[in-house]
Amino acid sequence: MARFRVGSAVALGVSVAMLLAACGGGSDKPGASTAAPTGDGTEPVTLTWWHNGNNDPLLSYWQGVADAYHAENPNVTIEIEAIQNEDLRTRLQVALQSNDPPDVLPQWGGGEQADQVKADKLMDLTDLIPDAISSLGGAVGGWTTDGAVYGVPYSLGVGGFWYNKAMFAEAGIDQTPATWEEFFAAIDALKAIGVAPIAVGAGDGWPAGWWYYFTAVKSCSPETLQAATSSLDFSDPCFIKAGELLKEVIDAKPFNEGFLATPAQQGATSSAGLLANGQAAMELMGHWDPAVMNGLTEDNLGLGADLGWFAFPDIPGTDGVPGAIIGGGDGFSCAKGAPAVCADFLAFIVNETNQNAFGATGAGLPTLPAAAASVADPNMAALLEVRNNSPYVQLYLDTAFGTNIGTALNDAVVNMFAGQATPQDIVDAMVAAAKTV
Amino acid sequence: MSGVAGAGSQRDAGAVIDPTDAAPVLTQGTADRALARSAVSRRAGRRGPSDWRKRLEIAVLVAPALVLFLIFVVWPIVQAARYSLFRWNGLEPMTNFIGLDNYKEVLGDTVFRNALGHNFTIVVLSLLIQLPLGLGIALLLNRKMRGRTVLRLIIFVPYVIAEVIAAVVWLLLLQPRGPLDAMLEAFHLTGIRQLWLAEPKIVLYTMFGVLTWKYLGFAIILFLAGLQSVPIELSEAAALDGASWWQTQRRITIPLLGPTIRIWAFLSMIGSLQLFDMVWVMTHGGPGRSTETMVTYMISVGFDRNRLGYGTAVAIVLFAISLGMALLYQRFILRRDNIEADSGRKR
Repeated sequence: MARFRVGSAVALGVSVAMLLAACGGGSDKPGASTAAPTGDGTEPVTLTWWHNGNNDPLLSYWQGVADAYHAENPNVTIEIEAIQNEDLRTRLQVALQSNDPPDVLPQWGGGEQADQVKADKLMDLTDLIPDAISSLGGAVGGWTTDGAVYGVPYSLGVGGFWYNKAMFAEAGIDQTPATWEEFFAAIDALKAIGVAPIAVGAGDGWPAGWWYYFTAVKSCSPETLQAATSSLDFSDPCFIKAGELLKEVIDAKPFNEGFLATPAQQGATSSAGLLANGQAAMELMGHWDPAVMNGLTEDNLGLGADLGWFAFPDIPGTDGVPGAIIGGGDGFSCAKGAPAVCADFLAFIVNETNQNAFGATGAGLPTLPAAAASVADPNMAALLEVRNNSPYVQLYLDTAFGTNIGTALNDAVVNMFAGQATPQDIVDAMVAAAKTV
Repeated sequence: MSGVAGAGSQRDAGAVIDPTDAAPVLTQGTADRALARSAVSRRAGRRGPSDWRKRLEIAVLVAPALVLFLIFVVWPIVQAARYSLFRWNGLEPMTNFIGLDNYKEVLGDTVFRNALGHNFTIVVLSLLIQLPLGLGIALLLNRKMRGRTVLRLIIFVPYVIAEVIAAVVWLLLLQPRGPLDAMLEAFHLTGIRQLWLAEPKIVLYTMFGVLTWKYLGFAIILFLAGLQSVPIELSEAAALDGASWWQTQRRITIPLLGPTIRIWAFLSMIGSLQLFDMVWVMTHGGPGRSTETMVTYMISVGFDRNRLGYGTAVAIVLFAISLGMALLYQRFILRRDNIEADSGRKR
């Protein structure tokens, strides 16, 4: 499932291939042994790099990073291919099965990374760039498999509610809901002024799944979730409880008309589009949502100053720790056979200069603690504060449990949204999928 | 008719039906002559002195196509059959041999069974609705009237539009409070307004409606072509005997159109079983799997969940079902046309 989805807002899968202008030499890759690890050798090296920033600001930002690296290491040529997110995931899957995957590839960590490590597709970065890894602190946790780091996260965001301040004010909601009761009271108040309280892109599957991830992180203890991630044992009653909590929300009927067919990001009738165009009051979404919304309004400003953010409310009487939250991020990995300079390039991406520049683009939340101040947007700063103060950030469950179980989970949650699945059905779907891993 | 997915499906159909079976319907004379010639030369060449030369000639001419066919069609099928016996996520080496477990799971999975049910619903609805509708319009358009060519053109336009584009257009039209709803409102028909793509109970029928819009033109053009081969003398004679227009159609034209109708039904059936593009673009098999077809199911388990072994098992099952249906149809329904064509050859 997509984490960083700015791109998909605009195009029906237009992928832009950009060739970095540089001295020729084609795409021949010298073997890993011939390239100097720091890139200061004279051996010409070409790195192929796939990323999903196929729209600005990220498209030009990544190009700038590649140019800067090439300026410092003239022997290293970086060939970028910027691909729309969903297309990229499909192509990456195929490329990893082939003998010629991109050298630098997007990595969302968790179970997907574990599968790739198990299949021996990724470069172990632990001893290659120890300084860069330690500078990121706990953020690399999601990119660690069996104690070794295989990916470098450059952005780590958390999910929460993006909302329309003007609508909340109109409905007489002075303070954003901090408890489960206040949350339902807000839904009623918003219904009373005749707007759809919540937009959800259940047509894409994962945005519905997100609701379950949040009720699960509120109902399950961190230990239970962590154990489930490796054992794939979902017998703890808190997984049923999570479904029951979600059912309470669904039974309150807060969602936009036709939400079962609503996409998350494509067009004005997507969930992000509904929020951006004043058709719905809030949406449970990731940190990328403002960027998506901007692209879905005519003035490219989204909701502008009316946009606010608040965290998913805590639910008393459950095993979850207060303040626990669902998050995830974007990183890059090096393919197993990539030139050794690849690891150095990943370290370059997350150095302080680049992380500050990344924070300034507003397209994500820099992982490097030293770059926190670069985030100027007040909503993003609030989100960053919640992330940094949270006692427990659980990786998106579909990523954490791996594609197979994750998709089965999302499908089952969509069925619950459609009124066709019970909390037990959701757990059963995960258990059944776990048997086929 | 639904989902004859462009030239692809027609090619598939052609591979199953001997194209000469269909030919007499459309261009009786020339096809018959060509058949007669080839039949004669085949017989003459069988034990002739130039036998080996003929064989060499055939070998040289057929080899390139045959090699391509083996590499790109037969070999992948063999490989797929092999993959389907493994539990394999596409990344790791394929080592976990599980025999026929994937097949057991496919056939036992309610989602797959429902998908199969959706495919058959489309097959049956196509025959029940598109056939009478297409036939009726074809008969009307076969009459002499002003603007006939323009009408024929208009009715054929949806078929020419690429399936994905048609799907995107309808996706936009069918949004809640979208253009279609606005039109219904303008006609004071708000009562029949629906969540066309979001209500699991009706979305399959929405899909069928769009498929009908898209493929009715193909049925009509096929029927019109068939109608041209119905001798005008027969209806003239019937008219002299005092038959009404309606009687003529029912007793003469439609029976003579039989072979064309049977071919159309065959293409429609195969297309419905392989239905994919339209569904994928408009609903992705949703909401809540209510429009899942066998092919969307195959894609979602194979690529969304990375269960490549299981996905290929689904593909093999789909292949077996399509092949089985095609053979049954050949055996029991198209046989009559085949026999007629054969007797035509001997004449």
